[in-house]
Order: sequence, then C-alpha cells, then structure tokens
Amino acid sequence: MPEQDPSFQKPVAGEVRKPRQDKPPENDPGIWRMSRKNFLSVAGWLAFFGFLATATVGALRLMVPRVLYETPSAFKAGKPQDYVVGEVNETYKDEYRVWIVREADGFYALSAICTHLGCTPRWLQTESKFKCPCHGSGYHKDGVNFEGPTPRPLERLKITLSDDGDIVVDRGVKFLYEKGEWSKPGAFLKFG
Amino acid sequence: MFGIFETLREKLRRTDVYKSIFRHAYQDTQRNRALQILDNVFLHLHPVRVSRHATNVGYTWGMGGITFLLFIVLTVTGVILMFYYRPAAEYAYDDMKYLMNDVAFGPLMRNMHRWAAHAMVITVMLHMFRVFLTGSYKPPRQFNWVIGVFLLTLTLFLSFTGYLLPWDQLAIWAVTVGTNMARATPLLGHEGPFGAELGMKVNNDVRFVLLGGTQVGPPTLLRFYVLHCIFLPLIGSVLMIVHFWRVRKDGGISGPESETKKN
Repeated sequence: MPEQDPSFQKPVAGEVRKPRQDKPPENDPGIWRMSRKNFLSVAGWLAFFGFLATATVGALRLMVPRVLYETPSAFKAGKPQDYVVGEVNETYKDEYRVWIVREADGFYALSAICTHLGCTPRWLQTESKFKCPCHGSGYHKDGVNFEGPTPRPLERLKITLSDDGDIVVDRGVKFLYEKGEWSKPGAFLKFG
Repeated sequence: MFGIFETLREKLRRTDVYKSIFRHAYQDTQRNRALQILDNVFLHLHPVRVSRHATNVGYTWGMGGITFLLFIVLTVTGVILMFYYRPAAEYAYDDMKYLMNDVAFGPLMRNMHRWAAHAMVITVMLHMFRVFLTGSYKPPRQFNWVIGVFLLTLTLFLSFTGYLLPWDQLAIWAVTVGTNMARATPLLGHEGPFGAELGMKVNNDVRFVLLGGTQVGPPTLLRFYVLHCIFLPLIGSVLMIVHFWRVRKDGGISGPESETKKN
C-alpha cells in the first residue's frame, strides 16, 4: 500500500517534489559482485587476451601446411620379369631414392636414405655393400648396417604386386628391422 | 690559407634557405653538448660520456661492437641482394648465378655477405669468451648474459637459414642433415622420445613445420627466406636493443675492477 511504503512522501499542496528514485540499498554488491567500472575493466582485458590467444593459435595453425605438392609416395616399378635374381636395381634411385633387390625367393625395396643423417648412399657392386659418402656408414646387401656412425639398418619400403602384374613400391610405408618389422606382410614380395 | 672556407661558410649561414632550416645556433656549453646527444633519437642510445677505461681496446677487444658492425654489414648487403634474388626453387640458383656474373658489384655484395656471416659467428663467440673470462656475467649482469645466449642461438639460426638460399647441393643437403635432427626432438619430433605417443608423424611434427613439407623443397626455401630476412632479424633487433641498454644500466662497458662502478 502506498502509505506503508517507507519512501512514500505525503503530498503537500503547492510543493514541488522530486520523483521517487528506485535506488538499490547502499553497499549492495549486486548479482555481478563487482562495480560497473570493474566489470568494464575485466571485460576489456578479457577481450584483449582472448583476441591475443585466438590470434596466436591461428598463427601457429597457419604455419602447418595442409596441402603438399610433393610426388605421391607410391609408384610402379615395372614387371618382376625385368629384374635379375641377386641384383640390386638402381633404376629408381635417382627419382624415388629406392633400390629394388631381387633374391631367389622374392623382392624387397630398400630406402636409399642413410639412417644416419639422410644422405643418399652408393651401392658398391664389387664390394657388395652400400656405402654412404657423407660419413662412411656401411650396410650389407640386405640393408643391415655393419660399419660407420649409422645406428640402425636401412629402412625397407612396402612392396606389392598390382593387379596387372606391376611391382608397386609405396615409400610412405616403412619397415624397420630393429623393430622386427621385416617379417611383416608388405616388407617382402614373394615371387618365383 | 683556408680562410676561404670560413668566408664561404659565413656567406652560407646568412642565406635565407639556411636560416629557414637552422633558425639559430646554440651556445657551446657543457649542458648543450650533452643535450645534443641526449635529445637525438639516434645518438641517445650511446652514452654521452664514456669512462677512460672504455677506450682500452685490450680489455674487451671490441668484440661485441664488431659483432654489431657485422650485423649492420649483413643487413645492408642483404637488402641489396634482395633486389636480385627470388626465393623460389625455379629461380633461386639462377638468380645467385646472375648476381655473381651479370650484376655490377654483385660478387662483392654476395661475398661480403658470406664473409660477414662467417665472421659474425666467430666474433660473437669471441665476445662470449671475453664476457666469461672478465666475469661480466656476474650480478647484476646475469640477465644480460641470458639475452646474449639467445642472441648467439639467433646468430646460428640466421646462418642456418641463410645457408639454404643459394639452393645448391651443399645447401640442400646441409639443411636436410640439420633438419633431420629435428625429428628426434622429444615430444615434438616423430622419431623422438614420446613423439609417437603424442601422435607425431612425418607430416605433422616440428620438422614438418620447419620444412613446410616432408622433405626439403620449395616451401622450405620460402619459409627459410622469410625467417632469414624478416622474422629472425626483427627478434634479433629487439634482443640487441635490450642487450645494449642493459650494458649501460648495469654499470657500463667492462673494465678493470678498480675503475668500474660497484653496484
């Protein structure tokens, strides 16, 4: 009832009254628990650091390429009949950095990337070994290392036979001897 | 005998053009001499006065200053080289050949750049040895030593990125070998400890980001060019500003113990 409201002022004739102000009680923290000034300050800093964080994450993501224009990892390597038993074939060494070796029971593909620091080793036919010109790492014909600074054997690459009888080497799938992967399917192509 | 220069100078000083630029002269007082330095945006980075021991070359051999001078030489020659070099695989090597054979003073610019780069690495290490042997890393100069280490790393990284730019066999293989070490980084490299557990593969680890691909190629050249010419020099400039400022703030250039300020 208007008469019981503490802010109610009894009307007096001829007097100019200020309108009732609907003020909150003194020292009331309000539902936000901070003053308007503090709220704007907090909001401002949040916006600044939020922008900074978003921009940083965006910039970092930008630096990681999404589309690569590199050659596809798999390539065809001719027919099995084109290979001589016991020979290390260097046809695809220059373009794909791969040696294809045919043994009596099948094929394997060796990656011509030295497992020391990434140079391209040479196949020395007369000494029957791979030798890296950079720091002298040496590997047997099967790829196992035996001399030099290299810590592990050459990697073997996935080698399969396509439906139309071509050898297919996929450089994207590697088999590491030291992890026992040379016995896995794909590391050796049985043939003959 | 040279009175003619004085008379000409006086005549020049009385012209309207001169008076419009230099409205009045300054009295030659100690205060004005100091203010000439302090109030100048370029000169005020250098102290107004240096103590006598600072001129003793044998104490520091000026290695820090020589390093900075070489940095300036590299920047100037580098900018000049940028007028003829394109950081694209099809053009990089040919542009370098063009610079060496068909550009007037091209060989001089390229060779100065290369020599200054090698020399800067040497002088920055000599500077580091000097600072260590004179104990100029002790409090209050520890922070400046840390800044110096960052600058050393930056210098080496600048050398590394610049080495790729001629795009010859030496460049490509040196960067291949160097970046192959990055794949062994713990946590961030796909062949390093815990890398595989964090899902690092050949196409998303730290080496991939550095190369812009799975092997050294055209994206690598562009990335290294931007790092070499823009990103690393900017960071280096900021660090150098702090480094030089701290030398002054921490008590001035190194000198014999009896003559340097005690903190």
